[in-house]
Amino acid sequence: MAKEHIMTISASTTDLKRAAAQRILVLDGAMGTMIQRLKLSEADFRGERFKDWHRDLKGNNDLLVITKPDAIEAIHRQYFEAGADIVETNTFSSTTIAQADYGMEALAYELNLEGARVAKRAADTVAAATGRPRFVAGAIGPTNRTASISPDVNNPGFRAVTFDELRDAYADATRGLIDGGSDIILIETIFDTLNAKAAVAAVEDVFDEKGVTLPVMISGTITDLSGRTLSGQTPTAFWYSLRHAQPFSIGLNCALGAREMRAHIDEISRIADTLVCAYPNAGLPNEFGEYDESPEAMAVLVGEFAKSGLVNVVGGCCGTTPDHIRAIAEVVEGVTPRALPAIAPKMRLSGLEPFEIAS
Amino acid sequence: MTNATAIFVNIGERTNVTGSAKFRKLITAGDYSAALDVAREQVANGAQVLDVNMDEGLLDSEAAMVTFLNLMAAEPDIARVPVMIDSSKWSVIEAGLKCVQGKPIVNSISMKEGEDQFRDHARKLRRYGAAVVVMAFDEKGQADTFERKTEICARAYRILVDEIGYPPEDIIFDPNVFAIATGIEEHNNYGVDFIEATRWIRQNLPHAHVSGGISNLSFSFRGNETVRAAMHSVFLYHAIAAGMDMGIVNAGALPVYDDIDPELRDLCEDVILNRVEDGTERLLEIAERFKGGVSTKKEADLTWREWPVEKRLEHALVSGLTDFIELDTEEARAKATRPLDVIEGPLMAGMNVVGDLFGAGKMFLPQVVKSARVMKQAVAYLMPFMEEEKRLLGTTGSSSAGKILLATVKGDVHDIGKNIVGVVLQCNNFEVIDLGVMVPASKILATAKAENVDIIGLSGLITPSLDEMCHVAAEMEREDFNVPLLIGGATTSKVHTAVKIHPNYAKGQAVYVLDASRAVGVASSLLGRDKANYVADVQADYVKIADAHARAQENKRRITLADARADGLKLDWSSYRPVKPSFLGTKVFRDYPIAELVPYIDWTPFFATWEIKGTYPLLFEDEKVGAAARSLFNDAQAMLKQMVEEKWISANAVIGFWPANAVGDDIALYEDEARDTEKATFFTLRQQIARSTDKRRHVALSDFVAPRETGVGDYVGGFAVTAGIGEEAVAERFNRANDDYSKILSQALTDRLAEAFAERMHQRVRQEFWGYAADETLSNEELIRETYAGIRPAPGYPAQPDHTEKRTLFDLLDAEDQAGIKLTESFAMWPGSSVSGLYIGHPESYYFGVGRIEADQVADYAARKGWTVQEAERWLAPVLNYDPIRVEAAE
Repeated sequence: MAKEHIMTISASTTDLKRAAAQRILVLDGAMGTMIQRLKLSEADFRGERFKDWHRDLKGNNDLLVITKPDAIEAIHRQYFEAGADIVETNTFSSTTIAQADYGMEALAYELNLEGARVAKRAADTVAAATGRPRFVAGAIGPTNRTASISPDVNNPGFRAVTFDELRDAYADATRGLIDGGSDIILIETIFDTLNAKAAVAAVEDVFDEKGVTLPVMISGTITDLSGRTLSGQTPTAFWYSLRHAQPFSIGLNCALGAREMRAHIDEISRIADTLVCAYPNAGLPNEFGEYDESPEAMAVLVGEFAKSGLVNVVGGCCGTTPDHIRAIAEVVEGVTPRALPAIAPKMRLSGLEPFEIAS
Repeated sequence: MTNATAIFVNIGERTNVTGSAKFRKLITAGDYSAALDVAREQVANGAQVLDVNMDEGLLDSEAAMVTFLNLMAAEPDIARVPVMIDSSKWSVIEAGLKCVQGKPIVNSISMKEGEDQFRDHARKLRRYGAAVVVMAFDEKGQADTFERKTEICARAYRILVDEIGYPPEDIIFDPNVFAIATGIEEHNNYGVDFIEATRWIRQNLPHAHVSGGISNLSFSFRGNETVRAAMHSVFLYHAIAAGMDMGIVNAGALPVYDDIDPELRDLCEDVILNRVEDGTERLLEIAERFKGGVSTKKEADLTWREWPVEKRLEHALVSGLTDFIELDTEEARAKATRPLDVIEGPLMAGMNVVGDLFGAGKMFLPQVVKSARVMKQAVAYLMPFMEEEKRLLGTTGSSSAGKILLATVKGDVHDIGKNIVGVVLQCNNFEVIDLGVMVPASKILATAKAENVDIIGLSGLITPSLDEMCHVAAEMEREDFNVPLLIGGATTSKVHTAVKIHPNYAKGQAVYVLDASRAVGVASSLLGRDKANYVADVQADYVKIADAHARAQENKRRITLADARADGLKLDWSSYRPVKPSFLGTKVFRDYPIAELVPYIDWTPFFATWEIKGTYPLLFEDEKVGAAARSLFNDAQAMLKQMVEEKWISANAVIGFWPANAVGDDIALYEDEARDTEKATFFTLRQQIARSTDKRRHVALSDFVAPRETGVGDYVGGFAVTAGIGEEAVAERFNRANDDYSKILSQALTDRLAEAFAERMHQRVRQEFWGYAADETLSNEELIRETYAGIRPAPGYPAQPDHTEKRTLFDLLDAEDQAGIKLTESFAMWPGSSVSGLYIGHPESYYFGVGRIEADQVADYAARKGWTVQEAERWLAPVLNYDPIRVEAAE
């Protein structure tokens, strides 16, 4: 039962692609770090609507798009004003699966809808004031479950979540993000590639359903010094697993600072025939869990990515602030974006490691 | 190497219930553990892709596919390679696709049920991401002739590539290998049809691949493995030449084409290429002779079995091998006094190796979990022996090693790391109560009491969790707990535990756990026989860390390079008129009179060389060392006299001056007074230490030179002097006479003479060559106290810690040719008794130490010098205020 859709390509997608061809795009920095600075109380998180909720809500940052929308909008605006072309919605954990910890599964769609709306308002305000187009990337986090690792020692074949459960949860999130006005879908902080494959399938399902297509950005996480994702894949194997999504960009975020991320971004940069995006943490956490790499220091490192032709989109993850983004935006200004490498068509498969078949 | 490339891909078929009777039996019997061993052996034997097929009538194929793929995912040495999800049922294929994180091959889809269903399956495959085998099969059946094969493949290719947008390089055609030499005449050309169809596909359907299941070919020779293998080998030889680049082949079972008996090979060729009438009969005739030939199966490398048992256990743990674990555990148990000694001895030692490898990034998490499972099996084997020991000793109670409560603290929902810790602990016989995520302190404490746990472990990933952990510790103190408290998670650290958590919990002990691989060691130590000593060690360690932390806090703080620059030394250049040196360019001094240098010797460091501490000449009065110092001094004077008179050594120098101006933090040297052509650049580093009170500036050497934009025409100089020409021969002479004392004495003296030479030359520079202090009159003591105007900083010393700057200086001076001083690859000077540096003339210039610098300056400096950041970090390693490669545990 083949269905043909006339897919809508929006004006914003055209703007985005034009901008990416001309310059290195700047993504925003951390939302969590900025929210922490607000020192919000349990009551702030609850607001009027959830004042009697049966579970603690402090720490459910995504809920703030409903209970403190102005605060979130202000953070988005700060990032845009610092020079970000794209901000991510505050929806990292807005899936039915991740919200289960707060008993808020039913709110997942609404969180994504409001998260996108809040970010879109900030984008429109700043775009109007500066005359430069600004974009909203609807963020889809990994959830807190892994589709290819068993949490039960006695049963390595067990899975706490299935592909289909993830696909449903991600589809729900995607609907909210699109309905709220996202220009881009960003699948990020991928530590298990099977989760990301479910997200890709879900996003494409929803594109079919709605008859629209948005650019998809995909960003994995290399968790430690082994240079692998948590689920054990090398960066190249990771790319091979997700290349079928034909993403707008592929890249890495979180877990590492720019210094530690460089080799892995370099690896992806050489093999990916699409844009490359890097948004590292502000260094590695110090002994007190704080990310203390200064905006200047980080900008020098990220600027080097740009000057070495490794990236097309840059930004920041944990510990980065509007000051970091401003410094990064300044340092990549005028730097030629990475040119796409010519990659010969070959069958490229992967397990934990990549495998290429000569054509 | 990160990317394996293959020309011909062997797809292992031993994990295929239709291809392997052994595998079918294991799966139908539900023995997945042995089935996994089959997969492991395939990979070890070189299979580059693993074919998994569960199409068996009596099986729930979907469930078997899911179970097996999920189990395989937990075996890193198997999951390394891509999977081929092989089924004739779409539902089984789709179930399999939902289990693999890598990019698999699907085998297969076809137009058997028509084009619409083919399109539907292809679209779904696009969404999952997979390469696909397309069978040459349509509504009319399997394609047997060249025409049918090529027509179907071409039609499928056009649908996939043109309509669906399938990447052509991800398409593999299987043009059907059929049995030949069956005695039926129509079958005789099947080999040729396949080979020619392959050639056509490769020439006409760009980027597509060709594969096939080879074993069908020799179906009529069942039972005669030698002939079958020879047929397969010969067939592949021709098919590969035609462009076949993939095949389902039993890796390791095929003879090499050239190694096949020539007679057999020729007959196989006749049959496969259908080139003689009676090929089948003749092959059948000689087939009997080759019956029962040996197969050439490759054995696993078992050399490690010859190692000592401790080493074997370690190998099994690191490699995740369970095959011999019970055997080896038994051997270790027989050697040990008590079964527990095996756990605490070789097994824990092996797990520590795993921990080290993980910490060094040489193992990754799934492998560590695998190691923990091997550990579990060893411990399980030892359990009955420990029970028996207990019974004999008359003790009773639970057989658990201890009860541990784990929780991710309130406000945090990350639990992957904690789950892994739980797994590893359970593998080691600890009973684990996992309270999950976002657990408030009250619930942790209540459960700990109710369950009477032995240890509480807290996990967290986000920064606010650290405060929550402090809170839990304080609550434990308030409620009179005394069980150990383990702290782990990505943002936690030993320092945080020592400084912030440990002081909150005096009644018990908080212990930081670096990563999952260390959890067992820590927990065992805390519950083991040696607990008191272990805790005392931890406490002593934490006191030390807390002290060091407090001290370091003050010293470590740095300001940004931008702020440091803003706070640089701003000299008043408006009224400054630099003195022009008496010459520009270089001046060489060969064979400088040594006698002239002797009065300039600073003797204090000479005594320091001999580990006699004190200031010359006061140290002669010292009660303890005075006499020895005097005697040494007399010997030195005597040798010095001889040195000068007999000309043991000679001294050379080269100095130079150039027009110069500061440009940012660097000093640009110009060819001439026009100052429009740069001759060279000296790069300098700036202090970044955060100073709370004092008024000292954040200075760099460039601050002492007039900035370009002031328009003031300033100068800098440079020098390289040596008093070491011939020192090697002198040392060698004493060496041959076995006179170590004189040898060291001579070296110490030439060293001092070189320093004296630098001092004397600097004096002459100030007084005559540059002449900015023509009327200076300073005693040697005053010279030593550096009371003169201007400085002579040396690369590699505190004011400019970068040794590589010597290269620039030496090139400017042509010091290697002019003074005979060479630079080694690590920028040390040879001969050793040499001194080099810059001359800076400004009266307010002074010596300083750059101190430790931050990443922002390192990156900036690297960019200025044209280095990578890594190169800069290597050369500046001693002055980095950060650790360039910090090891962080995964969550």
